[in-house]
Amino acid sequence: MELMEETLTRLESHKTQEVMILMERVNKWYQDFHVLKDIDLTVMAGERIVICGPSGSGKSTLIRCINRLEAHQRGRIVVDGIELTEDVKAIDAIRREVGMVFQHFNLFPHLTVLENCTLAPIWVKKMPKKEAEALALQYLQRVRIADQAHKYPGQLSGGQQQRVAIARALCMKPKIMLFDEPTSALDPEMVKEVLDTMIGLAEDGMTMLCVTHEMGFARTVADRVIFMDKGEIVEEAEPEVFFSNPKSERTKLFLGQILNH
Amino acid sequence: MSSSPSLRPPVVRIDVLRWLRENLFSGPVNTALTLLAIYLLWRFVPPVLDWLFFDATWQGSSRADCHPGGACWIFIGQRFGQFLYGFYPIEQRWRVDLAALSIIVLAAPLFFSRFPQRRRWALGYFLLTPLLVWWLLYGAGILGLATVPTDQWGGLMLTLVIASVGIAGALPLGILLALGRRSQLPAIRIVCITFIEFWRGVPLITVLFMSSVMLPLFLPEQMSIDKLVRALIAVILFEAAYLAEVVRGGLQAIPKGQYEATHALGLSYWQSMGLVILPQALRLVIPGIVNTFIALFKDTSLVIIIGLADFFTAVHRATVDPEWLGFSTEGYVFAAFVYFLFCFGMSRYSIALEKRLARSEKR
Repeated sequence: MELMEETLTRLESHKTQEVMILMERVNKWYQDFHVLKDIDLTVMAGERIVICGPSGSGKSTLIRCINRLEAHQRGRIVVDGIELTEDVKAIDAIRREVGMVFQHFNLFPHLTVLENCTLAPIWVKKMPKKEAEALALQYLQRVRIADQAHKYPGQLSGGQQQRVAIARALCMKPKIMLFDEPTSALDPEMVKEVLDTMIGLAEDGMTMLCVTHEMGFARTVADRVIFMDKGEIVEEAEPEVFFSNPKSERTKLFLGQILNH
Repeated sequence: MSSSPSLRPPVVRIDVLRWLRENLFSGPVNTALTLLAIYLLWRFVPPVLDWLFFDATWQGSSRADCHPGGACWIFIGQRFGQFLYGFYPIEQRWRVDLAALSIIVLAAPLFFSRFPQRRRWALGYFLLTPLLVWWLLYGAGILGLATVPTDQWGGLMLTLVIASVGIAGALPLGILLALGRRSQLPAIRIVCITFIEFWRGVPLITVLFMSSVMLPLFLPEQMSIDKLVRALIAVILFEAAYLAEVVRGGLQAIPKGQYEATHALGLSYWQSMGLVILPQALRLVIPGIVNTFIALFKDTSLVIIIGLADFFTAVHRATVDPEWLGFSTEGYVFAAFVYFLFCFGMSRYSIALEKRLARSEKR
């Protein structure tokens, strides 16, 4: 009981009043299809947000707009004080602050685990090789995969690859981490190791936006859970409220489907 | 509770009779085809081998020494110098030999993967060896080597010069064109598409022909570009267009996630391409690239149209020489054999390269 209270206090104390991500009336279309409808979202530093919803609801598109993997057509997105527009310098500056972990890992198969992690620090941050390698080993140790540093991604299991992907994103020391369904492509027995790694990150105060179906993770770690459906944010609440007392019918329907297998 | 012991797999002994029965004589159709194949081999292979080797004349110095009924390889022996060097002055031929030797010897360290300075050596090799070879072949009076003008270059030496310069020039240009064709900027994209479609649409022979006939019309009186340089430029531009499409196929095959990961990490366009995308894409299309190189090697024979005497032309001219009339078969068989040697060599090297690169990605 005491341990849980301690963890909760630690989680709470990392929140500050600094706005990390501001999305104001964001709209996006894929040709004629209106995929994001008037999205308003504010994320404070140190907050952990879980976004859930049925497939096609636009949740992945939403987080991909934050680091400009997708471009929004209307509305404002401000990340760490930098306005996200077509300006290449702004996009590069934002991408340096935002790390992303993908559903299909997207590790570079022709490089070793260590090289995957040191690539961006060496070439983007102009770090000397030895320093980058020390940094990479530190993060690989954090995700408990340092002993595989000289293997190639193809030689690792899915869970191991995803942990490497997390370490790779962390090596750029981002302020925000985006997770796009990080465990959806994993075998069930490997989901836990990745979620534990993410919980560890949360405990260290990282601002996280996570698109996931893992409701247990949401309950443990999230400060807020957001439910999206058909391109709009339907409901947004703290996990206790969200799971026990959802307000919208659509949310109730979704939770019914996903919590009762 | 413990699992049952693993058994060894059954041992299959290779029984020749059984293999023959299963693979060559397994049914009426197969048996008929096997018998037909045996008949064809018996009918055609011995006479060919007789002509090529057993009844052929290997020693001698002139036509008169040739035995009838077999190939007369004396012809090849007598003309070997011209096949190899063209009209390169005989007393300077050692320069060509030295150039060839240095290319091979200096490349040796690159084949030892344990060699510590391999990357630096490769860089130095690819930058300096061309200069060394150019100096040895052309001379230009530097360090006492007399100038040998390029219209005296010929034979296999010329073929190899055109092929290697063509390959070395076309690959980087082809990669740039492929990247340009996929560019988001319409100006670059249109220029690249136009370039590629134009050079792929015209035959190499017309390009070479136009470079020799039409180019002088556009240039001022005094200025004339060396014939060999014209041929090299034409070959490079032509082959680059083909390589561009091969490389583009590779770029398309790379999953979008790889591009996205590089963006998410903040890598610039050239960093993503050079460090992540191109290494993977080029590895994928090694077969296509080597294919283009092999075709390039054989296309070099078209330079006859602008008056350069490459290896094939040298052989051909020897066969129409009155002294050796009637030995064209020997000439062309020899030419085919030499081309085969080089092309098959390239093919084998590419397979070895693919195997070596794949090893790093196996579990």
